[in-house]
Amino acid sequence: MDVILFLVFAIIAVVSAVNVVVQTHPISSAVSLIGVMGSLAVLYLLLGGEFIAAAQVIVYAGAVMVLFIFVILLLNAGAESKSGRSFMVQLLGVPLLIALLGLLAFFVQRLFPRGVSVHFGGFTGGTAQAVGKALFTTYLLPFEVTSLLILIAILGAIVLARKEID
Amino acid sequence: MQLWLIPLLPFAGFVINGLFGRRFSKGVVNLFAIGSVVLSFAWVLKTVLGLGDITSPHVEHYFTWIQSGNFTLNCDFAVDRLTEVMLLVVTGVGSLIHIYSIGYMAHEHGPNFGGYYRFFAYLNLFMFFMLVLVLGANFLVLFVGWEGVGLCSYLLIGFYFDKKFATDAGNKAFIVNRIGDFGFALAMFYIFKSFGSLDFGTVFQKAPGAPESALTLIGLLLLLGATGKSAQIPLYVWLPDAMAGPTPVSALIHAATMVTAGVYMTARSWPIYTHAPAAMETIAVIGIATAFFAATIGIAQNDIKKVFAYSTVSQLGYMFVGVGCGAFGAGIYHLVTHAFFKALLFLGSGSVIHALSGEQDLRNMGGLRKHTPWTFWVMMCAGVAIAGIPPFAGFFSKDAILLAAYHHAPWMYWLGTITAGITAFYVFRAMFLAFFGEYRGHEHHPHESPAVMLAPLVVLAALSLAGGYIFKVPQFLSTVFPPIEEGEDMTLVAISVAAGVLGIFLAWLMYVAQPRLADSLSIKGLYQLVYNKYFVDEIYDTTVVKPVVGGSRVLLWRVADVGIIDGLANGIASRARDIGVVLRSLQSGNIRSYAAWVLFGSVLLIVAMGMAAGGGIR
Amino acid sequence: MAEVPISWFLTLSAILFALGVAGFLFRRNIITVFMSIELMLNAVNLTFVTFSYQLKQVNGHLFSFFVMVVAAAEAAVGLAIILTIFKNRSTLQIDDIDSMKN
Repeated sequence: MDVILFLVFAIIAVVSAVNVVVQTHPISSAVSLIGVMGSLAVLYLLLGGEFIAAAQVIVYAGAVMVLFIFVILLLNAGAESKSGRSFMVQLLGVPLLIALLGLLAFFVQRLFPRGVSVHFGGFTGGTAQAVGKALFTTYLLPFEVTSLLILIAILGAIVLARKEID
Repeated sequence: MQLWLIPLLPFAGFVINGLFGRRFSKGVVNLFAIGSVVLSFAWVLKTVLGLGDITSPHVEHYFTWIQSGNFTLNCDFAVDRLTEVMLLVVTGVGSLIHIYSIGYMAHEHGPNFGGYYRFFAYLNLFMFFMLVLVLGANFLVLFVGWEGVGLCSYLLIGFYFDKKFATDAGNKAFIVNRIGDFGFALAMFYIFKSFGSLDFGTVFQKAPGAPESALTLIGLLLLLGATGKSAQIPLYVWLPDAMAGPTPVSALIHAATMVTAGVYMTARSWPIYTHAPAAMETIAVIGIATAFFAATIGIAQNDIKKVFAYSTVSQLGYMFVGVGCGAFGAGIYHLVTHAFFKALLFLGSGSVIHALSGEQDLRNMGGLRKHTPWTFWVMMCAGVAIAGIPPFAGFFSKDAILLAAYHHAPWMYWLGTITAGITAFYVFRAMFLAFFGEYRGHEHHPHESPAVMLAPLVVLAALSLAGGYIFKVPQFLSTVFPPIEEGEDMTLVAISVAAGVLGIFLAWLMYVAQPRLADSLSIKGLYQLVYNKYFVDEIYDTTVVKPVVGGSRVLLWRVADVGIIDGLANGIASRARDIGVVLRSLQSGNIRSYAAWVLFGSVLLIVAMGMAAGGGIR
Repeated sequence: MAEVPISWFLTLSAILFALGVAGFLFRRNIITVFMSIELMLNAVNLTFVTFSYQLKQVNGHLFSFFVMVVAAAEAAVGLAIILTIFKNRSTLQIDDIDSMKN
């Protein structure tokens, strides 16, 4: 049951990710990305990360991606044109990509030949209560700093994107 | 004894005239220049009289110059009888020439009275270095003086620095001297290696015990230095060209003092030479060869100063014969008498040149004894002295040398006698061409020289006539040098005197009595050979100078300097720039290529981390 | 019932990350590039949560949380920058923004 759950949503995630990269029109990529995020949320649930799953859907899929879509609509970005390729990128990119994937896969297999197995309910420490507790005790300082960071981001975004008042 | 005053007085004159002379009037310049030299002469007299009959050197130590390991070199001055003789000649004749120069240089053209102050400044500097050379108590202090007089010679030969032939002559003198100096330097290295010291006392004490091969090598290297400074074969070529300088310079430096430094140095080193017979033989052979060779060139020259220049080379050869045959005292004797009559000959020719407003070619002179009687008579005194007519100065010294030569190797005596005849011939040829016959030149008023120029000439004439008789130099130096077998042979004396008289007679015959005889007797090819100084300069030019200059230009300049050194320096810069160009291409401004590079880096990092943790993964 | 080996999660994360890199390298539209970055961040989040499961600690979740916060802030500012670029150069092609060239 868990395996099927995993496989289904893993495949959805991979297909959506491929779609993000392959589609020419940005809006299609954005929608596919939402799909990725959704399936990842399910996988988080499988791993016992209830809070994270909720946060993923609310913040990432709900806010960030909507922002993306707003901007795409605002800029009226069309489908990408086919012209102009960077030689360096193709020369380096493809082999390096393959190398990256290969290396990661290799290390993963080496490090976890057997390892732990995941089943739903195997980890119960990811509740909102547990996360909140850690957030306000051990990770209090990063929490406060990130709130400052968000404030700065807001200010930055407003300053950058506003029209000149004349 | 305060020996340091002797060289330092002229040096003070040099400093004062050199720094401030351009603002002085001629009188003030004279005061410092001549005054310093005359005072130095006075101090020499006081020193000589104060030392009396010394038999061992009187040494004064001033300061330690070099202290390195177990090599110590002090700046010391030493005076023994040989030094006394040299000091008297240098300061005495030097003073006379300084006085003469007042008149000779009085009418120079150009700013600052034509460089009047500069002339006297250089002359004083020369006196300083020459006195250091003579007073030095070790080879290195002598070498300092040696090099210094070479420098002053260069400065004074090229005194008329706007004339290219003068500056060329100065260069030639300095560079040819340098070759000799190289030999001297090598000799000093070898002396240090053999004896551990450069001090005269130490070296000459240890010399008898050293291996003969070492002494021969040292002797030959010192001889190389001497041939450079004293203009012997093969390094004599600079002396005739040095006549480009003002005449007092020719008299002082290239007749009386600097060129005798080589003779002095070899005589001083007699303990080395007496134990290295091969080297001494070489000295004698070079000396007699040079004497004969230069005399033959002298008979065909037309420039009056060149005649006496070759005469100087020839007479220096005689001095070396004396030294080489073991008659060191005789060699120094001839040095002294030669200083008298040669300086007189040069100063006298200066007087003639001054009378004719710059004419130096004998073919444009003639009949001057009517116009310049004083000059004529003093020149005659010099002439009979150099021809070796008794009882004048040259006779005694030349005879002493020829006698010693006969006892050493008779062929040297015969060659020397022939040369004496040739000497008399060419000197009187010059005299007759200049003072007898009809005046062939263009000068309207040949006038006698002023008293300031004539007075030193008269003094020198007196010395040339009586000097040999008054100053018995070999006896005076008998405590310094090893004894030599005396053998007064009247026949030999008579033969050499006869040779001199014959030379004078032939000259009279060819240039006074029967002028056309000269032309009919000359063999065309032989005359050309001798007139062109056996083409020695040209030979040197093609065999030595041009290859060296060419090789230097091609190899050292183009290959080594431009190619390798500049190439290295510029090459490093170029490579740095090329690397920069390559690196610059990374800054393409293209974000995606940056990303690709980041990916590349991160892959490397993953590999590195994986390898670092490689053990754990197994 | 049947349990999922943990290495599968990590492999999935690796694949998603590689896809994000591919998108970043080969796409020319700025916004698509940005979205690939978000994809990469998500892959990393998955890795954190996975390890958190393996180690039975909650720290991985916390990391993920902060990554999300920062990603959100970054997206906001980044998109504002893109808007400005679009206003100035009227292009969304990443290759045309090369005034830092050489």
